[in-house]
Amino acid sequence: MNISNNLIESHGLKKDEYKKIVNLIGRKPNLLELGIFSAMWNEHCSYKSSKKFLKKLAVKNKNVIQGPGENAGVIDIGDDDAIVFKIESHNHPSFIEPYQGAATGVGGILRDIFTMGARPIATLNSLHFGSPEHPKTKNLLNGVVSGIGGYGNCIGIPNVGGEIKFNSSFNENILVNAMAVGLINKNKIFYSKAKGINKSVIYVGSKTGRDGIHGASMASAEFGENAEEKKPTVQVGDPFTEKLLLEACLELMKDDSIISIQDMGAAGLTSSSVEMASKGKIGIEIDLDKVPCREKKMTPYEMMLSESQERMLLIINNGKEKTAEKIFRKWNLDFSIIGKTTNTNNLVLNFKGSQVANLPLSSLSTDVPLYDRKWKKNTLPKKQKFLENLEKIKILDCLKKILSSPNNSEKKWVWQQYDHTVMGDTVQKPGGDSAVVRIHGKNKGVALTVDSSSHYCKAFPLYGGKQVVCEAWRNLISVGAKPIAITNCLNFGNPEKETVMGQFVECVDGISQACTYLDFPVVSGNVSFYNETNNKSIEPTPTIGGVGLINDLKNMISQNIKGTENYILVIGKTAGHLYQSELYREVIGFKNGPPPEINLFNEKNNGMVIQKLISKKIVKSVHDISSGGILVALTEMCLAGNIGVKIKTPNNNMTLHEYMFAEDQSRYLIEINEENHENVSKILKENSVHFDIIGKTQKEKIELSNNFSISLNDLKMLFSSWFYNYNKV
Amino acid sequence: MKISAIVTLKKEVLDPQGKVVNQTLKNMGYKNISDVRQGKYFEIELDEKDPIKCKEIAEQICKKLLSNTVIENYKINIG
Amino acid sequence: MKSSVIVFPGSNCDRDIAVALEKFKIKNQMVWHNDANLPKSDLVVLPGGFSYGDYLRTGCIASKSRIIDEIINHTKKGGLLLGICNGFQILTETGLLPGILLRNKELKFISKNVFLKVTNLDNNFCHNYKKKNIIKLHIAHNEGNYFANNDLLKKLEDQNLIAFKYSDRNGNINDNTNPNGSSNNIAGILNSEKNILGMMPHPERMIEPLLSGEDGSLMFESLFNKK
Repeated sequence: MNISNNLIESHGLKKDEYKKIVNLIGRKPNLLELGIFSAMWNEHCSYKSSKKFLKKLAVKNKNVIQGPGENAGVIDIGDDDAIVFKIESHNHPSFIEPYQGAATGVGGILRDIFTMGARPIATLNSLHFGSPEHPKTKNLLNGVVSGIGGYGNCIGIPNVGGEIKFNSSFNENILVNAMAVGLINKNKIFYSKAKGINKSVIYVGSKTGRDGIHGASMASAEFGENAEEKKPTVQVGDPFTEKLLLEACLELMKDDSIISIQDMGAAGLTSSSVEMASKGKIGIEIDLDKVPCREKKMTPYEMMLSESQERMLLIINNGKEKTAEKIFRKWNLDFSIIGKTTNTNNLVLNFKGSQVANLPLSSLSTDVPLYDRKWKKNTLPKKQKFLENLEKIKILDCLKKILSSPNNSEKKWVWQQYDHTVMGDTVQKPGGDSAVVRIHGKNKGVALTVDSSSHYCKAFPLYGGKQVVCEAWRNLISVGAKPIAITNCLNFGNPEKETVMGQFVECVDGISQACTYLDFPVVSGNVSFYNETNNKSIEPTPTIGGVGLINDLKNMISQNIKGTENYILVIGKTAGHLYQSELYREVIGFKNGPPPEINLFNEKNNGMVIQKLISKKIVKSVHDISSGGILVALTEMCLAGNIGVKIKTPNNNMTLHEYMFAEDQSRYLIEINEENHENVSKILKENSVHFDIIGKTQKEKIELSNNFSISLNDLKMLFSSWFYNYNKV
Repeated sequence: MKISAIVTLKKEVLDPQGKVVNQTLKNMGYKNISDVRQGKYFEIELDEKDPIKCKEIAEQICKKLLSNTVIENYKINIG
Repeated sequence: MKSSVIVFPGSNCDRDIAVALEKFKIKNQMVWHNDANLPKSDLVVLPGGFSYGDYLRTGCIASKSRIIDEIINHTKKGGLLLGICNGFQILTETGLLPGILLRNKELKFISKNVFLKVTNLDNNFCHNYKKKNIIKLHIAHNEGNYFANNDLLKKLEDQNLIAFKYSDRNGNINDNTNPNGSSNNIAGILNSEKNILGMMPHPERMIEPLLSGEDGSLMFESLFNKK
């Protein structure tokens, strides 16, 4: 078959890239081979635009067992226990078919976890939708939430936390980022690197159908005018089969049958076989007649590029084939020996007695083109003098407006659709700063959070990138955990545009600075470019999933106020930064100006002091101050504990609006007993941490002296109703 | 006029429910079943007598709500 | 006291219930759905989850499993049988308990803590709730909307076969305290002999303070000290 320019283009390859292919293999590829190249060379699999910059990220600390480059990252949490975790995007498929797109997103990330031998113990997700008024938003929200629930509830992994945001830049490109966390014995971790010649290559799981052919390429292409008419096939998730696959894999992993294992995710059989063999620096030969197919007359091209879900590729030790087969048959799964490892360093595919492809593995891995794309430096927006007189707007009205806004209101409507208590170890439920999941059978737990701040990143990517990492760190500290490591999902527009690439480069720089300083390395993640429709790209949105350890669950703490007559302290300095705040955005509609800057020394220092206070058991509750500022954070604490507060602002040179709603970073609110007041003040002073005493807890209402008084019930109504009203039929 | 619509997953799309029903029927002893596909059936009453207009409306309903044509097909019966 | 937890493909609360049983000194073993023989047990538990993905109808395909006949024999001999969540759905599909579980009224999965009034204290599962008959448990289901026709409802009420009803913290039972649309706020029912209990809430998820409550413990203590 002649490879035309059109064909090359429809495979998402540039002319130069095609030339490079011809050079690398010394001949023209056939159509199957072209398909394989397009799958391996696209952005999603190759990281060709991002690799150069991702190298800057800190990827190690004393807890890291496995950093980026495997199915997921692994960290040591003591006593031979390790945590496996990763976050991944499923943005494009979720926009086209929200239920199935989101469901298969959850399925995919769970496979990344149990591929390594870990039993998944929690999922989280970060969702971004367009403006609530946009005609597509409600459908997308409902579809995505039920898809995540439908898959996770069925397989029986608790969904313990996440975030949901609305912003018109996501009108035509929603973000669905799913994170999964698993528990493993650190001496029993399985990797994808193949070893040994003449070992059986085994296919298990569901049959291969014509699902999502070119899904990986789709995820790397900008949507055009007729994206919805294009209708690429979207995969349907089968959580039941995934559950069987999970149990079967974990059963087989109890002994030493498996040499290496890889799930078939994006680019299915192609990427799994190529990755396993190239990591092991060996060859692989597959007999495509042996691939279990769901439909008749499937071609090699379709088999290699299908993205049917719930499939795995295994390389196992000689003589273990029967053991493996017995287990997979017991679980009613397809099982087939489809090939063997070789010493050729090539990927060889046979079909109906003839060789249909033969490619050097290096051409699909190490020789993938890497780009040093042009990028434009961002300038820090000026602090324009803000003309409107803020004093005219009552503090209470500002609070009400922010609390009842889609982005700041309670997300119960969402997380009550997710089973968050199955497995019996969820000790801190959704709605807090971080979720906490106990390590089964032990008295320690992991704290989990997922965070993003797209409008901070849009305003100034460097600060934004730093801020998201710090936010995750703070959320972990706030439940009494020691932050250990992060996973990131970097959602951006088209990297071929200098502005977008500039946002990417500087966000990554910000992330890098923060995670290096805080010893909070990145151990896994993915990059999702081309979140763009008709030339309009999303706000840059790095999403950070953070994991921390609570060594003794007696030291776990939560944000709900515990009692009356206790002091409330603001930890960290408030400077009155209102640009990019919820007050400006939600109440006034002013969206210019710089995001708050992070001082990494203060971030670390304040966080470590909070840890010290928690370990001394002299604080009753902790909550980090983030979007909305002090007053919103304090209201959340009161609502969670059903206890009010009488606020008295300290003397300072700020306006009340600035003090109450500023989004200066690195701050926390804590609740302490009167008798611990002196002790806490002493520790804070010794560590040069600024603090303000801003009030005392009381029954039933929130009061600000000489300003307002409102009952908790009224606030609760405002805080809890947005999602229910929006989704009323 | 009464219209009905049957929405089924496209042939090439995986049908997890059909797959399990198929397997169970086989386990129950129905050995000669080769495939089962599950779908949805809708009955709709329309205040419209013109069959051509009915068909038009039915098409729209199917495209806009009853099916997602990315993964599903629909079939309309009128009368 | 010996128990068997039946594991179906797609069960996902099997480990949770085993942990709870063992915590309360009930000697438990896991039994695969395709086994022909049920080990000698005082109690059989059908755990929560999504057996066979809940495909076709919830509980329907599991009710055709090989082990089911053995379980029926076990109950005929007076053995105890507890179905939780998906287990309850399997019990109605097998006909061991009357009625059926429909989709929740709001058509959404519901995962939250609810209050329950224990309305029958005179059975081996619940006698310990004499200490405390308004309790808090977690529900997590898509099809928990118990439906029974009027005749059946009358029979259940008259013969006192309703074990739990959704209520508020003060024991009030009305539409506002009904999370899923169940007839008469029913959350769990017994058979006439009171050796079979089916319930939607998960007692196994409330067995220690750290998991936001211990009201489930009372059920396992009841079972351990069975009359």
